[in-house]
Amino acid sequence: MASLFRSAEMTLCQLFLQSEAAYACVSELGELGLVQFRDLNPDVNVFQRKFVNEVRRCDEMERKLRYLEKEIKKDKIPMLDTGENPEAPQPREMIDLEATFEKLENELREVNQNAEALKRNFLELTELKQILRKTQVFFDEHEGGIHSTESMTRALISDDSIARQSTLGPVQLGFVAGVILRERIPAFERMLWRACRGNVFLRQAEIETPLEDPSTGDQVYKSVFIIFFQGDQLKTRVKKICEGFRATLYPCPEAPADRREMAMGVMTRIEDLNTVLGQTQDHRHRVLVAAAKNIKNWFIKVRKIKAIYHTLNLFNLDVTQKCLIAECWVPVLDLENIQLALRRGTERSGSSVPPILNRMDTPEDPPTYNHTNKFTSAFQTLIDSYGIASYREMNPAPYTIITFPFLFAVMFGDLGHGSLMMLFGLWMVLKEKPLAAKKSDNEIWNIFFGGRYIIFLMGVFSMYTGLIYNDMFAKSLNIFGSSWQVKNISKADAISITSVHMLDPATDDYFDYSYAIGMDPVWQLAKNKIIFQNSFKMKISIILGITHMLFGVSMSLFNHMYFKNKLSIICEFIPQVIFLVFLFFYMVMLMFIKWFMYYATNERTHITYSTRCAPSILITFINMMLNKETDYEKICETPYLFAGQGGIQKLLVFCALICVPWMLLAKPIMIMRSRKQQSISSNTHQPMTTENGVDSELPVHNNMVHQPPTQPGGHDSEPMAEIFIHQGIHTIEYVLGSVSHTASYLRLWALSLAHAQLSEVLWNMVLKKGLGFDGWIGGIGLYIIFAFWSCLTVSILVLMEGLSAFLHTLRLHWVEFQSKFYSGTGYAFQPFSFENILDSASNTKEE
Amino acid sequence: MAICGPKLSLCGLIISVWGVIQLVFMGIFYYFHSVALAEDLPEFEQPDTKNVDEYLKAFYADIDKGYTQNAYNCWIAALLYLVTMFVSAHQFWANNRSSLSV
Repeated sequence: MASLFRSAEMTLCQLFLQSEAAYACVSELGELGLVQFRDLNPDVNVFQRKFVNEVRRCDEMERKLRYLEKEIKKDKIPMLDTGENPEAPQPREMIDLEATFEKLENELREVNQNAEALKRNFLELTELKQILRKTQVFFDEHEGGIHSTESMTRALISDDSIARQSTLGPVQLGFVAGVILRERIPAFERMLWRACRGNVFLRQAEIETPLEDPSTGDQVYKSVFIIFFQGDQLKTRVKKICEGFRATLYPCPEAPADRREMAMGVMTRIEDLNTVLGQTQDHRHRVLVAAAKNIKNWFIKVRKIKAIYHTLNLFNLDVTQKCLIAECWVPVLDLENIQLALRRGTERSGSSVPPILNRMDTPEDPPTYNHTNKFTSAFQTLIDSYGIASYREMNPAPYTIITFPFLFAVMFGDLGHGSLMMLFGLWMVLKEKPLAAKKSDNEIWNIFFGGRYIIFLMGVFSMYTGLIYNDMFAKSLNIFGSSWQVKNISKADAISITSVHMLDPATDDYFDYSYAIGMDPVWQLAKNKIIFQNSFKMKISIILGITHMLFGVSMSLFNHMYFKNKLSIICEFIPQVIFLVFLFFYMVMLMFIKWFMYYATNERTHITYSTRCAPSILITFINMMLNKETDYEKICETPYLFAGQGGIQKLLVFCALICVPWMLLAKPIMIMRSRKQQSISSNTHQPMTTENGVDSELPVHNNMVHQPPTQPGGHDSEPMAEIFIHQGIHTIEYVLGSVSHTASYLRLWALSLAHAQLSEVLWNMVLKKGLGFDGWIGGIGLYIIFAFWSCLTVSILVLMEGLSAFLHTLRLHWVEFQSKFYSGTGYAFQPFSFENILDSASNTKEE
Repeated sequence: MAICGPKLSLCGLIISVWGVIQLVFMGIFYYFHSVALAEDLPEFEQPDTKNVDEYLKAFYADIDKGYTQNAYNCWIAALLYLVTMFVSAHQFWANNRSSLSV
């Protein structure tokens, strides 16, 4: 069976690998990416598994690589990404890799350490230089070298204390100089003042150039300060405060000559340090550039090794320790490829014993695996985000490829907006390879790019519906010549006419043949445009909706047929179809009958076929459900569209109502009866056989014991009450759903109307202003206003309206369509594939 | 020398290509007195006469003038967009080149 419509057939396989060949085989399977391994020792701790050491080593290597990468990024060295995909290296190569990384890391760490030490040294020297320079200023302010302290004393200490001091002899003023972070200055100053009771004198000056913090690499602003004080007690106190504020103190000689000498020494040392620092940087750069060439390659290799050992950890060890046993889900169609890969792996490892691949039977539900390509994968993603299909269930994705863009386009019908969207999609499709290679981490862009085929198709379909609606940026195109003319206006009317013209097909204005494709362009100027379009679009939405739902219900037939569920066909599918067809599809048929039978005319003789006598479909349908007579005008003779309609309608409603108890009760009652019979027969004939006797016939495997057997039928073991409740919910959902879902399809009309109106408003409110200028200035005005209009068109009409139409379409598919047949209770096939592992690894890294 | 960034120049390029195409077409439609665009003519005063022939003559003259004027205005704007297109294209090219040379 073609796997386009259903997920691929899967089988559980047992795989015996010779210990030596296991690594190579798993590596080949990883390149292939078609095998999902099962964990055979789920109750074993991660740390007790066989290859824990290897995984750890890989983790360590990965950490080193990440460190390298961080350093490379810090230096902004471009990393070479050749896009090549090296094979997983042999286990013995791992040691080489480890040694290489170890060497690189050590070298880098050493270089970094040295660089940091040098930088710290450099910082200290620069600070010292600054101190010498700034303090020089302080000292220079008070001329006279040694006398400076005296002048300080005068400034610092009040007159009476000087008097006191003079009796005690000359004062010895000491000072400390240092550097502190600029933002700490105010607190530092206050602290000093309070702790020393104002007996110290602080001078400070800002260092203009920011200094680099060696440990963090940040640029910090600092200030130089110098504190004068008197006595040892104050000195210790001041020093303690400096310590507390993390200020660095530097020795500063008192004599100017010493200071000058020191400054000279500092300058030369700084110069020496600069050359050394430059060399260190060069060395670091060389190491990193060499590493950058290979780092992507190494990352891939290490991740592959890690993935292989992770997988090997899932395997069971044979009793003899000679071979590993694996269990895996495999698509039946790809068994051949897998065998080939295994053989390649064996050859590569040089082992002589071929691996054995055994198919096993299992009562478990296999994973769902849909083959996709770059075109279908986006549509499959839309379906899968609702729920992964149950195994071998009908897959709605192939139909979605057509219905999704079509229903979208019904809401987004505009030739202009559609072509913008189409061009965007086309560009992404044509430039696929270069754009995919860029690997942007912009989330919105990735969503657009992933859905490029959907966007392209949505654009193309919107262009088609735009042509049908005859809408292009809210203007109509008269390609084939309108079928309307102005006849009944005389020259004299020209002065008196003020309002917009109302189009009436019953008059001579209409030629009696329609416009070639879609709406006549004249409706754009008509007063009754919206009334006309509403009736048309509403009917179209209901027709499309009911067709879509009927299609969904018929899909359930294929599901029941495939699962050989005869009971569901008779008790669910048939009444469902009858219910939908007899009530709602009948309404669709009424619409067509009305379209074909009635026409606009004012002639008395054809009055029964005129618009005046055409019955309203909605009223007819409501009266049909309520079993009431429809009112009608005397001249129309009948409220019906065709003879015998009343009787037929009664019959249809009756049949549809019969279907409700049929859906509700038939299936549970049948199940109940069959169970009773079964229990009677089993009691009389085989009292030993359990109800799920199938299981006992299966070959028992070592791991099969702890897996709960699940029944393919689904409700063999459910209690009767639950089955009744389920069926009740199901029936109510379907019956009420038919009504509400039909109404829900009216969103096609509503959004289409909203879109048309919004684009008309935008044209009238913005672009019309640009066209309304009188005279030549209009050219420039139009130039500016067109830019506004085009930006608004893209952002509001194409992006926002497009998004809302997209979401509504998604809802119509998920709820209205898929609820008819899709259970979506499966789980996805997650093959062991290097490609996926590498992709996810590189994605998490970027976040 | 690049004045605009890569994004701005790309945006300008797209808008001007669109502007040139749409405005040239709109100019042609105005030139041939397209009815669909009649709503978007500059406003003019209703001719102040009760004579039907005179009224119509004045009315048509106004309408014709509006159509022709708008046609030329559209083409002027299209020309301006053509200039913008060349400028943006040059900027785009300059941006690409400078980003390649780095």
